[in-house]
Amino acid sequence: MMQAPDSSGHFGPYGGRFVPEILMAPIEELEHAYLEARQDAAFQAELAHLLETFAGRPTPLYPARRLSEQLGGATIYLKREDLLHTGAHKINNSLGQALLARRMGKRRVIAETGAGQHGVATASACALLGLECVVYMGRVDMERQALNVSRMRLLGARVECVTIGSETLKDAISEAMRDWVTNVADTYYLLGSALGAHPYPMMVRDFQRVIGVEARRQMLEREGRLPDAVFACVGGGSNAIGVFHAFLGDAGVRLIGIEAGGRGAALGEHAARMAGGAPGVLQGCYSYLLQDGDGQVSLTHSVSAGLDYAMIGPEHAMLADQGRAEYVNATDQAALEAAVRLSRVEGIIPALESSHAVAEAIRRAPGAPGEIFLLNLSGRGDKDIGIYSDEIPELRGAAR
Amino acid sequence: MSSRITQLFDRLRPEGRKALIAYITAGDPAPERTPALVAALERGGADLIELGVPFSDPVADGPVIQRASSRAIAAGGSFARTLEIAREIRERSGIPILLFTYLNPMLRYGVERAARDARAAGVDGILLTDLSVEEAGASLQAFREAALDTVFLAAPTSTDRRMGLVAEYCRGFVYLVSRAGVTGEQDSISASLGPLIARARRATALPLAAGFGISTPAQARQVAEMAEGVVVGSAFVRMIEKLGGPELEPALEAFARELKTAMEAKQ
Repeated sequence: MMQAPDSSGHFGPYGGRFVPEILMAPIEELEHAYLEARQDAAFQAELAHLLETFAGRPTPLYPARRLSEQLGGATIYLKREDLLHTGAHKINNSLGQALLARRMGKRRVIAETGAGQHGVATASACALLGLECVVYMGRVDMERQALNVSRMRLLGARVECVTIGSETLKDAISEAMRDWVTNVADTYYLLGSALGAHPYPMMVRDFQRVIGVEARRQMLEREGRLPDAVFACVGGGSNAIGVFHAFLGDAGVRLIGIEAGGRGAALGEHAARMAGGAPGVLQGCYSYLLQDGDGQVSLTHSVSAGLDYAMIGPEHAMLADQGRAEYVNATDQAALEAAVRLSRVEGIIPALESSHAVAEAIRRAPGAPGEIFLLNLSGRGDKDIGIYSDEIPELRGAAR
Repeated sequence: MSSRITQLFDRLRPEGRKALIAYITAGDPAPERTPALVAALERGGADLIELGVPFSDPVADGPVIQRASSRAIAAGGSFARTLEIAREIRERSGIPILLFTYLNPMLRYGVERAARDARAAGVDGILLTDLSVEEAGASLQAFREAALDTVFLAAPTSTDRRMGLVAEYCRGFVYLVSRAGVTGEQDSISASLGPLIARARRATALPLAAGFGISTPAQARQVAEMAEGVVVGSAFVRMIEKLGGPELEPALEAFARELKTAMEAKQ
C-alpha cells in the first residue's frame, strides 16, 4: 500500500502547506506534537476509551434488507456513524484533536463548521476536557442549521457568526484562520475536515480511519468477504477518507465518493469539484478547486451545508488521479428523494450530506445483483428536519 | 544589474533615510483609477508600491483589505488586470513595484507566464502571502529567470531556523510582520517588532521592512528608527474606501507626505 502523504504533507502533487509565514512555525509544532501522540500508547488508549464510552464505538454495520429487496440488486449495508454521540462521524476527529490540544497545553480551541456537526462535536469534546471553545459559522449556515447552533451554545461554546463572502463554510474557515493567526500562542485550531495545511489532512484521516477499519472487520465477520463497492459523501472528505482508507489495498473494492451536484452543472450551482474544478490553492491546501478563469474561488451551492465547499480534500484528489476512487455527484433533488426513501423503508432519517451517498447507492443497486455495497451513513438527519419539511412537497407546511 | 528595489535601498541607506512602502489593492475602486492613485502616493513621497492582486479569500487580511479585494474583483480586477495596471504605472514612473498576491490567482494565470509578463510589465518583485519557502521551489526558479525579486514574510512566530530560510530565499528586502495577526490598523506598534528586527539582522544583511498594523505618522516614525522600510496599507485603503471622488488623490498624496515627513524628522 502507498505511503501518503510524504514527509512534507503531499499526496502526489496535492496537499502541502500553503499558509502565511506566521502560521508555519505553529503548524510545525502541531505536526511534531501529533506525530509524537500518534506513537504514544497512553494517548491512543485514552482516545480509544473515549471513543467507546463517550462516543459509542464501535458503530453497527446494519444490513438494509428492505431497501435492498426493494431495489432488487445489490445487498446494501449501512455503517451507522449516525448513531454516534452528537449525531455524526465528526466526533471521532474532535475527540482526537481535543486530546491533542490538551496535550499541547492549549486552553482555547477554535473550529469552523458548515452543517454544525463538527461544531457540536468539538463543543462536546471541549466541554468534556474543560477547554474553551469558539466556533466560526457562516450566517447562512446558522440559519439553515439553527438546531446545531443551539446545541453548541448549550454545550458552552461561543458561536461566532461569519458575515463575509458567501457566509458559509469557506468563509468560516477563513475567519477561524484569522483568529488563529491573531491568537496563535494559546489557541488550537481544530479543523474538522480532511483539508487545510499539512498535517491536517493526514491527522483528520487518521482519526477517522476507525470507520473503515471497523467496517472492514464487521463485513468479513458477517459476509465472509469484502464489499464490492464503498459509498460515502464528500464535502472536504473526512468521512469518505475515513471509510475508504482501510480498503485502499483491496484492489477489488471500488471506492465511490459522492459530491454535491446541487441545482445544476453551471459554476456556482453545485459543489462537484471533481467534475467542474481545477487544481488550485485555498486555505492552506493544493487540490481540486471550483474557481473562475481569474483564479477567484467560486461560490458553491448545495442543499446540504456540510458539502457546500469549493475544495475537495487532497487525498481524494490523489485517489481520483490514480483511478483508485471515483467521484460522482448527486443533485439536491436526488438526495432529498433518497432521504425520504431511507426514512420510509428502513426507519432511518439520514443527514442531508449522507443522503447524497444513499442516492448514488440507490441508483446503482438495481444493476448490481449479487454485489455487496457498503455505505457510510455519516450522520443522522435530526438537524435537517427544517430543510426536509421545507423541501419535501408532502411535508411542506405540515411540520412547521 | 541590481533591481529597482535594491537600487532604492542602496540610494537611501547612505543618506540615513528610510523607504515609505505603500500598499493598495489594484483595481480598487476601479482598475482605471489605480495608476493615478499610485502617482498621488508617489508625489506624496512613497518610495515603493506594493500592488495587491485582489483575491476572493484573503485569509491574511483584515476587514479593510478584504473589502478592497471585493470591490476590486467586482470592478474587474484580476491578476491579468493588475499587470496591465503595472504597465501603465511603469510608462510614466520609475517607482519600484512589488506585486503582492495570494498564490491561486497566479497559479491560474500560470507561474512561468506570470513571471515573464510581470517582468515585461515593469514589475520588480513579487511577494506571495500564502507561499511558504518550503513550497516555493518551482515558482522561485521562474521568478529568478525573469529577474524578479522575491520577498517573503518573516513573523514573530518564525523560529531562527525559519528566519534563516526566509532570509535565504529573499531578494530585495525581507518583509517583517510586526505582530501576530492579520493586516489592519492598530493603536500601537507591537512590542514583538523590536526583537523580531534584532533576530532578522542576525540572519541577513538585506534591508528590512516592517508592516501589518502601521497606520499613523507617529507609528511610521517609530518603525523607521528600527527598519529600512515602513509598509502602510490599510490606512491608505481605508481612504480609498471613504473617498470615492476626485478628492481621493490629493488626500492620498497628503497622507503619504505626512508619513514621509514624520519618518524623516530629526530626532
